[in-house]
Amino acid sequence: MTFGPLAFAAPGLLLALMALPVLWLLLRAIPPAPIRRRFPAVALMLGLKDEDRQADKTPWWLLLLRALAVGAAIIGFAGPILNPDTRATGTGPLLILLDGGWADARDWPRTTARAQAALEEAARAGRPAAVAKLTDRPQPIVFSNPADWSGRLAALQPAPFAPDLAGWAEVLPDETPFETLWLSDGLDHAGRADLAAALTKKGGLTAALSPRPAFGLRPAQLDNGKITLTALRLAAPEGAELDLTAHGPDPAGIDRELGRARMVFAPGAGEAQAVLDVPPELRNRINRFALLGQRTAGAVTLGDNTLKRRKIAVIDSGADREGLQLLSSTHYLRQALVPVAELVDGSLTDILPAKPDVIILADVARLTQPEQDGLLDWLDGGGLLLRFAGPRLAASDVARLDEDPLLPVRLREGGRSVGGTMSWGEPKSLAPFAENSPFHGLIIPSDVTVSQQVLAQPDADLAARTIAALADGTPLVTRKTVGAGQVVLVHVTANAEWSNLPLAGLFMQMLERLAVSARVGGGTVGAVEGLLWSPDRMLDGYGEISDAGEIGGVAGDTLALALKAGPAIAAPPGVYRHEDRLIALNTLPPTARLVAAAWPAGTVIEGLGAARAQALGGWLLAAALALLAMDILASALVSGRMPRLARALVVLLACGVIAPEVRAQSADPAADARGIEATRGVVLAHVLTGNTEVDDIAAAGLRGLGDQLWLRTSVEPEPPMGVDLEKDELAFFPFLYWPVTPDQPVPSSRAYAKLNGFLRTGGMILFDTRDADIASAGGTTAEGEMLQLLASGLDVPPLDILPQDHVLTRSFYLLQDFPGRYTSPDLWVEAPPPDAGEAEQGVPFRNLNDGVTPVIIGANDWAAAWAIDGSGAPIFPIGRGLAGEDQREMAYRFGINVVMHVLTGNYKSDQVHVPALLERLGQ
Amino acid sequence: MTTAAASSAGLRAEAELLGQSLPALLAQAEMLAQTVMLGEHGRKRAGQGDEFWQYRSAHAGDSARAIDWRRSARADTPFVREREWQAAQSVTIWADPSRSMAFSGAATRPNKAARAKVLALALGILLLKGGERVGLSGQQPRPGRAQILALANGLADSAEDYGLPDTAGLVPHGRAVFLSDFLGSLDGLEDALAFASDRGVRGVLVQVLDPSEEDFPFSGRTIFESMGGGLAHETQSAAALRERYLARLAERKDRLAALSRAVGWHYACFHTGAPAQSALLWAYQALEGGT
Repeated sequence: MTFGPLAFAAPGLLLALMALPVLWLLLRAIPPAPIRRRFPAVALMLGLKDEDRQADKTPWWLLLLRALAVGAAIIGFAGPILNPDTRATGTGPLLILLDGGWADARDWPRTTARAQAALEEAARAGRPAAVAKLTDRPQPIVFSNPADWSGRLAALQPAPFAPDLAGWAEVLPDETPFETLWLSDGLDHAGRADLAAALTKKGGLTAALSPRPAFGLRPAQLDNGKITLTALRLAAPEGAELDLTAHGPDPAGIDRELGRARMVFAPGAGEAQAVLDVPPELRNRINRFALLGQRTAGAVTLGDNTLKRRKIAVIDSGADREGLQLLSSTHYLRQALVPVAELVDGSLTDILPAKPDVIILADVARLTQPEQDGLLDWLDGGGLLLRFAGPRLAASDVARLDEDPLLPVRLREGGRSVGGTMSWGEPKSLAPFAENSPFHGLIIPSDVTVSQQVLAQPDADLAARTIAALADGTPLVTRKTVGAGQVVLVHVTANAEWSNLPLAGLFMQMLERLAVSARVGGGTVGAVEGLLWSPDRMLDGYGEISDAGEIGGVAGDTLALALKAGPAIAAPPGVYRHEDRLIALNTLPPTARLVAAAWPAGTVIEGLGAARAQALGGWLLAAALALLAMDILASALVSGRMPRLARALVVLLACGVIAPEVRAQSADPAADARGIEATRGVVLAHVLTGNTEVDDIAAAGLRGLGDQLWLRTSVEPEPPMGVDLEKDELAFFPFLYWPVTPDQPVPSSRAYAKLNGFLRTGGMILFDTRDADIASAGGTTAEGEMLQLLASGLDVPPLDILPQDHVLTRSFYLLQDFPGRYTSPDLWVEAPPPDAGEAEQGVPFRNLNDGVTPVIIGANDWAAAWAIDGSGAPIFPIGRGLAGEDQREMAYRFGINVVMHVLTGNYKSDQVHVPALLERLGQ
Repeated sequence: MTTAAASSAGLRAEAELLGQSLPALLAQAEMLAQTVMLGEHGRKRAGQGDEFWQYRSAHAGDSARAIDWRRSARADTPFVREREWQAAQSVTIWADPSRSMAFSGAATRPNKAARAKVLALALGILLLKGGERVGLSGQQPRPGRAQILALANGLADSAEDYGLPDTAGLVPHGRAVFLSDFLGSLDGLEDALAFASDRGVRGVLVQVLDPSEEDFPFSGRTIFESMGGGLAHETQSAAALRERYLARLAERKDRLAALSRAVGWHYACFHTGAPAQSALLWAYQALEGGT
């Protein structure tokens, strides 16, 4: 028996509803029992008549309440079911297909819930079932007990690429007809029509689509220094707006948002473009773009070398300024590099401080000693030195007898000339690139010839250093590593004088393989074949990036295919690495478009949320009970049995539901009071960790430190306060003591914004991991790891172990070490600038930090050393005997120095104080 | 028996405590000529008493016994030692013993009877300290601290629903204090007041009410019963009754005030929710004020 979306398991019980009017009359006739009260003043009441005789009947609202309760109970027992499955349930096996691609990640829980519901339903009907995720490799479909699949369903995760449906039509079981439920992401994928047709032939096909819109992002295009990004969606009549963010590491290596743009989809449009104009320094750091709020791999696009414009210095011998431009030794290089790199001009000594990524020396033979030293230093830091041969190199005596540090091989004098007018033979062509060469896989045009070259001496490691050779085996390109960098020598000129190689497209590709240049977009395709690419970072279906770990390498051909057609199971999206080169394989290829799936006629299409049958009986019975409970209160109210207090309580409870919102709107007087409290004077504050014990110790410690400050210095702090990072304002406090516990919650991004604001405006945080007894600071204890996690969101400068002449050692007391409850000497503060000068003559310290270090990190559990109880006695024993009291004194002195440092900054660094300090130091 | 003794002892201690917080009461006797009794408090004129007042020259009519020989020996003429005239008042206290006084609207409050008894005893102690004669109705007023125990023992409970003032023991031209909730029929009170005023007795009516009798914080269907169960009233909605009940209560108070005014008495209403001091102070001032 059904009424609209409702059905009843026991509809006969509903007949009892007819008894409700009778109940109404009965209840109405019986008023609530009176309460008997002793009351002496009754004498005054004699003769008073009730004005309203109606009241001896039950009030209508109480009647209604009771009728509702009874009605709810009756309906509840009748077993109502919302959205009952009224379709004729099939009898054959049920196949559940999940697209499982990146687009499914947007609604994965509901997709699996729908599949679960279908499995439960199949189990009820006793139908065998099978579940297949289409992003997997096609495998034979075997129907089995639905309960077997339920467990496996929960373990399924969306893949970061689109499903490939081509192979699935073949693996469908062919003996029995079956029904199919296809939980689709709503996008058209290759082979969908075929598979759908095949499924329709086997039996009914039902498609369930997620109602949430899918958004995708094409790989970024770099154009004239501006990054163009295209977002995709299924064309919809209404417009949409999305935020696009660019992420990358900041100089400290912490992942940050580096840029933001707005994507505006015009109504009806399937694409939206945004141009991100960020400075080159920032742009070079971007490693991914993401559509804000879209948790799918398709809404993330990774950046690779293509976004980077490398800084390249091209230096020629510079002699023949008079020559024709086309004969210039660097003309072709410049032509090739200008569109894709940033060229730096100038002499070598001028260029080196600019730290270019690549330095190209075109036929430069002799370098002065300072130039050579500078180049070697630069190479050690990871530079790439690309040298071209030429008449000067051939004529010079560089690297004749000994290997030059800046040349990969020894050279023979004079070089050789083949196929010229004055020599025998044909100009030589190139040999195919060897397996281990970075050029492996490049196609060599047949018309590339070499007529003249410098020759390498046949040394022992010549073969290992040769990465390209001529057909007769003479090395054409040699390479060796120097420190973290490498030196590459091309044995021909950079112009067309000795070879037509610089005129060929191959030259460009070779440069690219050497990571000298990187072309944009599809240009990378030609440059990946033939190499083995190892995954560096991988993308999961939700667009999260993780380290690839031990995933095996991917052949360049597979990768090239994936770059063109989109990733597949053989080449999942992520960043791949070959030597220094990074290639990003994105979920959506540059030509991707999102197209809605078309379904064959006869397909039943439904939403994901629709079909779960819900038994309402329990809820209705609970409602009936709640109503009856309310009836108790109401009867008590009517009969005057409810005491005043209870009535006030009910009113309060009722208000309690509404009150929080009301409070949220009004200004917070408690916060104001707190602010006034915190600004009454200097207030030391500690971060509340949620661990009561630690928080109490921190409060007691700051109270003890405050007392000592009051006694010894002109700082007279108010009682300390605990600070909840999420709720409380930090701007009032100069100093935060932050005991690190392994289980404290990580602050939200809003709290981090507050903390960073606090640090930028001169606040200081003293992190205390309190574990110096078992580990050195920042070590591998749980607290240390927590500290790293906590500090990852903070805007913290580079840190260093506190130097002996830091101003913290003399801001009030002259201190050598900084014990708390423990005596670890390591204390981390802002590192001194790298150009910190030497100490002046006769002064025992340098002028190090101009400003207050924003954080101090230690592990000595200072709060425990400072902590005093209500009577001023220390709470925790420190050390042993009198020596322990000395240690406590030193802990107080450290605390005083810290507070002084916070409040006076580098005042004691001032050289004015030197004489006084020297006197105190006894010098 | 022991519990009764203990409770009367406790009552006395409580009343002593309350009595100490006020200065000794000086009851000005209005009709002193007829009720002159020697008391401890001087009237600032020569007369009967124990305290020295003045020496004066003896004149004709003074008995030889009256001459103060020691003073006379220092002069030529005989002197008579005069004493200060001291007067005492007879006060009769009636604390309603009926069951209606046993009502308390909340567990945290004393019932009205307890309050009335404390007030009665405190007033008695004050008056006794001031040298007056005090007695409960039906008793002969007596001076002296020993009377305090008699007062405490005499404060009893009765089984009646509402109490009537007992006029037995009223001393003509003495004073009377009636402590009750005056919620029962007023006929008896009118008779008692008429009887008292015929005899020249002045006094005070102290009405002691529970705050819930003033507020009427009831609602819903209720059957109200008197403490003894003799009277009952049923209502469907007690809250609807409140206004009219309060009107009746106000009317009752007005009537009491009018009655007392007619015979020159004082009337005031006090609640068990408030401290007893104010009631005691008021009664003390009302008794002192006399007129």
